[in-house]
Amino acid sequence: MYDGGKIIIGLIIGIGFFTSPFFFNAGKAARRPEPELTQKAKDAKECVLETSYMKSSHMKLLDEWRQTFVRNDERYFTAKSGKVYYKSLQGTCLDCHSNKSRFCDQCHDYMGESPYCWECHIEPKESK
Amino acid sequence: MGVDRRQFLKIAGVAALAGLGGKAAVDILAPGDVEASMKALPLTEGKRWAMVINMPELNDEIMNKCIAACHEEHNVPEFGDPKVEVKWLWKEDYHHSFPDHHNEYIDEKYEHKFLLLACNHCSNPPCCRVCPTQATWQREDGIVMMDWHRCIGCRFCMAACPYGSRSFNWGDPRKAPKDKNPDFPTNINYPTRSKGVVEKCTFCDERISKGQLPACVEAANKLKKNVLIFGDLADPDSNVRQVLSKNYTIRRKPDLGTEPNIFYIV
Repeated sequence: MYDGGKIIIGLIIGIGFFTSPFFFNAGKAARRPEPELTQKAKDAKECVLETSYMKSSHMKLLDEWRQTFVRNDERYFTAKSGKVYYKSLQGTCLDCHSNKSRFCDQCHDYMGESPYCWECHIEPKESK
Repeated sequence: MGVDRRQFLKIAGVAALAGLGGKAAVDILAPGDVEASMKALPLTEGKRWAMVINMPELNDEIMNKCIAACHEEHNVPEFGDPKVEVKWLWKEDYHHSFPDHHNEYIDEKYEHKFLLLACNHCSNPPCCRVCPTQATWQREDGIVMMDWHRCIGCRFCMAACPYGSRSFNWGDPRKAPKDKNPDFPTNINYPTRSKGVVEKCTFCDERISKGQLPACVEAANKLKKNVLIFGDLADPDSNVRQVLSKNYTIRRKPDLGTEPNIFYIV
């Protein structure tokens, strides 16, 4: 191997550079997301479906809502409790969960998700 | 190895024949299935929403109020540049609105009379036929709807629409100049659109579903009754049918066969 020493040094530096984020962050777990409920959401006690389903699959429900709302003109959702909700991300979901940065963004940031809902749908104004 | 010119032509010829034959076979066995589906989804009770615009009663004040109400309701930004303009409801003069009604000696008060234009919600909408993603489609109640989630911004619909009723978002509407849109977005219960999406009048589907009249009709009614009349064309006793039976009305470019559902009382 010609110039073997230089190549190996170069490789070590390269590998070190590419794996540096692992060494830098070793032992430092990212903070667990702790989505906060607003008082209004706490008082409501239940969401449109069970909390466990909403935690894992709210995106499926939102997708179904947007399909049925826009395309089939089915604008209301009846929960198990019999309560009827207007299917609206802006108007219904974020009416309770009006603290988007403390609720939605907590997990989305942690998971590296950046849903593009907010390019069109308007975020509630948060009071800090 | 390789395909020489002669072989290539043979393969191409056979492939072309198979392609043509295949299309014909599908047409015979399942007619219409190959064409983009135009059948509307089962929705409300198969109505046909329509609007009658009383031209002699229209004036600038009413038109401006209607446009303002519409644009406020639907977060339509003002860019101040006709090249990137977003139009839901707008003003145009008679001459340009009815280019097929040529008449050199037309009454001057008509020639330069301004009137309101919007999406005609055609019964035979060419925009829906060309949409490759079915982001625009005709509902059972006749409304030509837009699903902005699905629009890919190809603008086929804009090319297909003979009325110029569709607008493309060349930029993010939220980045529209602040001096022209001080309170944008004006309605926090309605989304804005994003860059690269086509938009147009939806006959206020969100209001109709709540049993309200379209925003422009409501705004006009506040100033003067029966200038804009909205109703169900399928119902023989409806307000629009009564008005249509008593007045002479014209539609924009009816010869194209799109069956527009906005009528103008002359």
